[in-house]
Amino acid sequence: MAEAHVETLALREQFDTAEQQKDASTLGMWLFLITEVMFFGGMFLAYTVYRHLYPMVFAVASSSLDAVVGAANTAVLLCSSFTMVLAVRASQLGQRKALIVFLILTLILGFAFLGVKAYEWNLKFEEHHVPGATFHFEGMAPDLQRHAQLFFSLYFAMTGLHALHMVIGVGILSFLIFQASKGRFSAEYMTPVDVAGLYWHFVDIIWIFLFPLLYLIDRHLPK
Amino acid sequence: MSEHIDSIKTYTVVWLVLLALTAATTAVAYVDLGPFSVVVALVIAVCKMLLVALFFMHVRHSTKLTRLVLLGALMWLGILILLTLTDFSTRGVLGVPGR
Repeated sequence: MAEAHVETLALREQFDTAEQQKDASTLGMWLFLITEVMFFGGMFLAYTVYRHLYPMVFAVASSSLDAVVGAANTAVLLCSSFTMVLAVRASQLGQRKALIVFLILTLILGFAFLGVKAYEWNLKFEEHHVPGATFHFEGMAPDLQRHAQLFFSLYFAMTGLHALHMVIGVGILSFLIFQASKGRFSAEYMTPVDVAGLYWHFVDIIWIFLFPLLYLIDRHLPK
Repeated sequence: MSEHIDSIKTYTVVWLVLLALTAATTAVAYVDLGPFSVVVALVIAVCKMLLVALFFMHVRHSTKLTRLVLLGALMWLGILILLTLTDFSTRGVLGVPGR
């Protein structure tokens, strides 16, 4: 180590090179995301098991969701991942203005996704499809109502936790926009943007699996 | 990850393919493929996941250590799913002694 070493954001004292520091941050974020994979994995598994136990009820309940709205929301989220990756690219090139613009676009798309989600949840409340005392799934035998409630419990748990991750993502984006506007990031130091990008894309991947499994796979069955 | 900066063109192509796959999975859901509906939906979802991970999350430029950690994660997820489903799908296959 050089004696005249000056500590910077891009190279903290405990690292040998800036590249090593960046690799450590990236790996740390991936390790966190892997704990999230296991966390969501458990819920996907619970959904799979109950879907196998009550296939007919789950098929009917799943088909009551609006697949077109779900597909549109998937597109919104994919667009937000696209703007996010462009934000990361802009920060790699040290383009501060482009970075801020793309982060704001990602933020707007994130809010759009949450807005559509709120609209969908509101419909569930109006249709009495929210698990609880007032739950009623029209045209289903009384003894099967509980199984339909199970579907909607899993639906709300999975989309709810996904939405919570989106809300946290929106918070992270707001923080990044604030930091970027103060000129904190440069081509040499953009690790926070990079790892926030990893988080945002990960939340996108969770939705990529939630959408077909919740909305689509029983669509083809006759009503 | 040493500086690998992909072109906007690459990202745009990936993004358009992702949107096309979303349209495809939605459209094919209304076609009766029997038990293969789930298979097709999951294959498309895995393709989309790989596109997002490899390009948007820069896994194709990532270090060997990161890739190893990711493979480890898939292995643990596999254990979680495989063992649980083996349990649930074989319950009641054998009689319970004493019942």
